Amino acid sequence: MTTTADPYAAGARETTEGRVYTVTGGDWESTFTGDIPAEERLVVNMGPQHPSTHGVLRLILDLEGETVTKARAVIGYLHTGIEKNTEYRNWTQGTTFVTRMDYLSPLFNETAYCLGVEKLLGVEAPPRAQTIRVLLMEINRIASHWVWLATGGLELGSITAMTNGMRAREKCLDILELVTGLRLNHAFIRPGGIAQDLPEGFEERVRAWADGQDVEIEGVRKLLVGQPIWQRRLKGVGYLNVEGCLALGITGPLLRAAGLPWDLRKTEPYLGYDEYDFEVPTHPDGDCWSRFVVRVEEMRQSVKIVRQAVDRLEPGPVMVADKKIAWPAQLSLGADGLGNSLEHVKNIMGQSMEALIHHFKLVTEGFRVPAGQVYTVVESPRGELGMHLVSGGGTRPHRVHVREPSFVNLQAIAALSEGGMIADVIASIASIDPVMGGVDR
Amino acid sequence: MTERSERTDEHSTLSTPVGQPETDRGMFGVSGTGDTSGFGGLVRTDPGAAVVGHSTVRPYGGYFDEVADLLQAAPGSLFDKGVLRVVVDRGEITFFVRREHLVRLCQHLRDDENLRFELCSSVSGVDYLDTGSVGVDGADRLHVAYHLTSMTHRRRIRLEVTTGLADPHIPSVTSVYPTADWHERETWDMFGVIFDGHPALTRILMPDDWAGHPQRKDYPLGGVPVEYKGATIPPPDERRVYQ
Repeated sequence: MTTTADPYAAGARETTEGRVYTVTGGDWESTFTGDIPAEERLVVNMGPQHPSTHGVLRLILDLEGETVTKARAVIGYLHTGIEKNTEYRNWTQGTTFVTRMDYLSPLFNETAYCLGVEKLLGVEAPPRAQTIRVLLMEINRIASHWVWLATGGLELGSITAMTNGMRAREKCLDILELVTGLRLNHAFIRPGGIAQDLPEGFEERVRAWADGQDVEIEGVRKLLVGQPIWQRRLKGVGYLNVEGCLALGITGPLLRAAGLPWDLRKTEPYLGYDEYDFEVPTHPDGDCWSRFVVRVEEMRQSVKIVRQAVDRLEPGPVMVADKKIAWPAQLSLGADGLGNSLEHVKNIMGQSMEALIHHFKLVTEGFRVPAGQVYTVVESPRGELGMHLVSGGGTRPHRVHVREPSFVNLQAIAALSEGGMIADVIASIASIDPVMGGVDR
Repeated sequence: MTERSERTDEHSTLSTPVGQPETDRGMFGVSGTGDTSGFGGLVRTDPGAAVVGHSTVRPYGGYFDEVADLLQAAPGSLFDKGVLRVVVDRGEITFFVRREHLVRLCQHLRDDENLRFELCSSVSGVDYLDTGSVGVDGADRLHVAYHLTSMTHRRRIRLEVTTGLADPHIPSVTSVYPTADWHERETWDMFGVIFDGHPALTRILMPDDWAGHPQRKDYPLGGVPVEYKGATIPPPDERRVYQ
């Protein structure tokens, strides 16, 4: 763009402090045509305590005016050594560690881990346990997407999205609490099955919950889809196409929002996902808006899966029959909380020495897992969650590596925000939906 | 899949054929499991693929044969030069790769239209210290596993590269898979593997000025001092365990 004949060009004069421009408005771009001297470059440190960076994420932004020329992400502020910790606990205890990584999708972490351990052992969880895992994961997916909507909305100034999202998420957590006893960090899914069967009256509760979720999701659609501010903040912002996604290893809603219907539940079905009827929503645009549309549609599909899972529930065991693997989990809810049932305590303490030995050995020593390595994946709310488990043949993992979708997807931050406005960085981060507990592990 | 052998069999496994993992030692100086209840009877007679230097013989089964055939047809006899051995275990295939041919292999795996491993899902390091792995002296101590996914053909394979502390260099695959950037930084951070050609190989999870690589097996873990007559809580790897 040349400015030689521009009557609106800003005047400039030389002073002892350097050149001073008199900008009259609207001609900012023509004044600064590319070659900005180095001192005009502003490096802004955003985070790790910034409320809009979705946790302890630190961004170093190079700015020219309000335009981001370079974005670098610094992570590690929430590193807790979960992978290393699991090497000093037995295989069952590992679930309590992995559940704390991505704290918005704990049941996915547990499932991916347990599928890995089961693959190493060569066992498979019984059908009822598999259905319950699917059911819980889909409820968890909805809860996770609600948090994404709530925090993303809050960061863009939409308080109602936050309050509605958190309210709806609370209902999901109520169901998870009903089943697992905890709202987060459940450690409910164990190698070989799940810790405990569903409680009384679960089916009615979850059906009522599903109806309530339909209303909540529809409410959010009505609130946001036609909302001009929401549209302008998201449309055309944070663009990333399929090629970019593949090069950067991006999976999950970001990839589907770029148009590729890649969902591990469909492409590599696990836990009988191929028997459920659901769609994989995609969107062609590859911007923040399409990620919003895809995630909201995914929530609707998850409600659909939950309903089908409830219909498919058949009575049966929820843990493998092999007593050498099955954690002694004859649990019941007493006045002082969840614990081993009185019958089980009576049996091991008063009746059967062998039962006591068995219980003791399994809890203190754990089971031995044959040597080898596996890589198992599940489709978490953020993409491909992979577990690379290596066993040396002992009762403890030799190595647990987690391919965290948040960790990988966060690499897209430069691609999403460079060349855009600084305000759009917030929208871009929110659209990645990184959970720092998972990124840093 | 898992085979439960007789107890006598279990002990004969422990008197180690060459190259098998040495069994962990538990408390009270017992060798083996110390298990008198028959509880820990879950022993796999076929040695684990992760740690033992054997190679699976054909046919591999499933799509593995096709992938291997296509790799063998790669120009410049890339397979013969680059692939040391192939292991199929638990429905997963692992190609053990010479590091100097890693990048060219990845390039071929990504670009050949019949292979099309577009996505590098994961890169992770494993430290096989004291596992009785091949090259016990440490020459093959550190492994780096690359999990590649073909979205076109819906296949997964694993490449594994080994290196040791004396020369912990592996060429970076970021030129082929840009996503490997952070994965390789993490592997450098945690295991001290140097990825040659990486654009900025810096620590990623640990602080920049951290010394050592925490996920190595010989990394000191540190105990917790407690104010009771000089007692300390020992580090996790020195605590009494039942195993």
